[in-house]
Amino acid sequence: MRKSLLALAVGLLLAGSVGAASAADKLKVGFIYLGPIGDLGWTYQHDLARQALVKELGDKIETTYLENVPEGPDAERSIEQLVRAGNKLIFTTSFGYMDPTLKVAKKYPNVHFEHATGYKRNPNMSTYSAKWYQGRYIQGLIAAKMSKSGVLGYIGSFPIPEVVSGINATMLAAQTINPNIKVKIIWANTWFDPGKEADAAKALIDQGADVIMQHTDSPAAMQIASERGKLAFGQDSEMIKFGPKTQLTSILDTWAPYYIERVKAELAGTWKSEDTWGGLDSHMFAMAPYTNMPDDVKKMAEDAQAAITAGKLHPFKCPIVGQDGKPVECKGGDHLDDGQILGMNFYVKGIDDKLPGK
Amino acid sequence: MELVEAIILAVLAASTPLLIAATGELVTERSGVLNLGVEGMMIVGAACGFAGAWLTGSILVGALLGIVAGTLMSLVFALMALGLAVNQVATGLALTILGIGLSGLIGAGFVGERITPAVHLHIPGLTDIPVIGRVLFGEDGFVYFSVALIVGVWWFLYRTRAGLILRACGDNHVSAHALGYPVLRIRTFAVMFGGACAGLAGAYLPLAYTPFFIPGMTAGRGWIALALVVFSSWRPGRLVVGAYLFGAVTILQLHAQGWGVGIPSQFMSALPYLATVIVLVLLSRARTGGSTAPAALGTVFVPDR
Repeated sequence: MRKSLLALAVGLLLAGSVGAASAADKLKVGFIYLGPIGDLGWTYQHDLARQALVKELGDKIETTYLENVPEGPDAERSIEQLVRAGNKLIFTTSFGYMDPTLKVAKKYPNVHFEHATGYKRNPNMSTYSAKWYQGRYIQGLIAAKMSKSGVLGYIGSFPIPEVVSGINATMLAAQTINPNIKVKIIWANTWFDPGKEADAAKALIDQGADVIMQHTDSPAAMQIASERGKLAFGQDSEMIKFGPKTQLTSILDTWAPYYIERVKAELAGTWKSEDTWGGLDSHMFAMAPYTNMPDDVKKMAEDAQAAITAGKLHPFKCPIVGQDGKPVECKGGDHLDDGQILGMNFYVKGIDDKLPGK
Repeated sequence: MELVEAIILAVLAASTPLLIAATGELVTERSGVLNLGVEGMMIVGAACGFAGAWLTGSILVGALLGIVAGTLMSLVFALMALGLAVNQVATGLALTILGIGLSGLIGAGFVGERITPAVHLHIPGLTDIPVIGRVLFGEDGFVYFSVALIVGVWWFLYRTRAGLILRACGDNHVSAHALGYPVLRIRTFAVMFGGACAGLAGAYLPLAYTPFFIPGMTAGRGWIALALVVFSSWRPGRLVVGAYLFGAVTILQLHAQGWGVGIPSQFMSALPYLATVIVLVLLSRARTGGSTAPAALGTVFVPDR
């Protein structure tokens, strides 16, 4: 009896290792998510891309994801967990994972890492992001056309360059339509808190804003704008369900083409550390259909989108004047260069607010 | 003036879930049990509340389901912390983690759906009075219920014999036991009441505040409710002040930003928490005779039979 039990145990062990071996044939790809995959925003879009990846390369890869991973030093543990589980390519999908990712990358030189929206790289760590400010520029044009009160409401998450460049792009565009346009900015100091985002939207509308733009993740602001009969832009994903008569458009994160390309490179053994910052031309993001606006506004938006895609229109075209009234140095020829946009920490002229921390 | 009315309305809406959840936790803690699982019970209440309202189209059914869900969650806590005398802090934290996971599971099928939120009262004439009309006569049922709830709890704790016994369990469970009161049974009811309130408070979010369900939508409100109980020094009257103060600071800091008041938004976001700490310090300095906390709070009680 004991012998047969032993044999059974050995058999099971062998079976287990065989199972592991066959799984090891597939490339393991890991993902670290900031929110829940059902956040309908940032994380949801990353997971849609992961699903597209599985659909495209499912016979060659195996994906794992960890959701609700807090930013900061604690993320290190989660990333290492994916490494130890045998993942060879790991996508860490939020800015706050930058230092933890770098730390783990240095520790495991044979594993490749892809960090979203950061700026620190390593021979085995790439970064990728999208030029969302291009979309914000288009939104600014639409907002200025659609606003009756001439006051836009902007819900920011944190005053980091990505968000600040979005506000500036919006205002630069809006000023080309209405030089006196105003923007009210409320920082929620969170990426995700539906209740607080809703409160911020209420406060903006109560103070006279009639077009709401957001750089936070939930559809709460859209829903409030819809309730109050105002207009709004979605964020990260399609939010028209929460405001069928409210959503003008939405910046849609479309990570799938990039993820598929990077995983293919990994499979082919040609992966190398890169810095990818793509815009409308490279399909790193897309604009949701232009809705709830007259045809001429829609055409203007479509024309602007085509011009930006073709590289004929740059949202940060010089001259750009800062809040202090002085022109900003133009490092990219006739527009600001990428470094200036990626590190943007000033407001352009026409924003009557103070950038927190300035 | 319209802006003042809008601000008051927003403050009441933001304070209500905090008030309901904190009221329940106050009763739980007054019986001597520290249940740190408020956030977990709330989020499960939110998921079940939304599911109920979405499936039946009735806000009331949603609210009731939220209450049931919160109560069931609190029973898990009662079983562990009271029945098996497990450490209450650890059990409460575990309950929160369980609740966050469970709510994601329950709510997974409902993400992206929306419902018609709870209707607001409308009495022709009264509701149209400027400034105070909508504040007093134009709220949703949850707001009125939360006020009735805290008044009821005050009356129960200080004006009824049962309330006195419950407080006795919280202050000295050995004496209460010696007097023949069923300490564990009383505490179980108190924990269930706390769970029911937390479930309702959670359900308020998708049923009235932001009428959709998203995992994690309570976003830490359960922890604030816990802090409010301490802030109130376990007294219903101060709890009301604390909850509305907290809501007011939250909303006013958003408005202050919109007006362009030059105070850093990070500081203003931290203000409510700062206020809690200051009040705690003041309370402990001005204390007259003995601690304000229930003396047996968080201690395990195993009756000798």
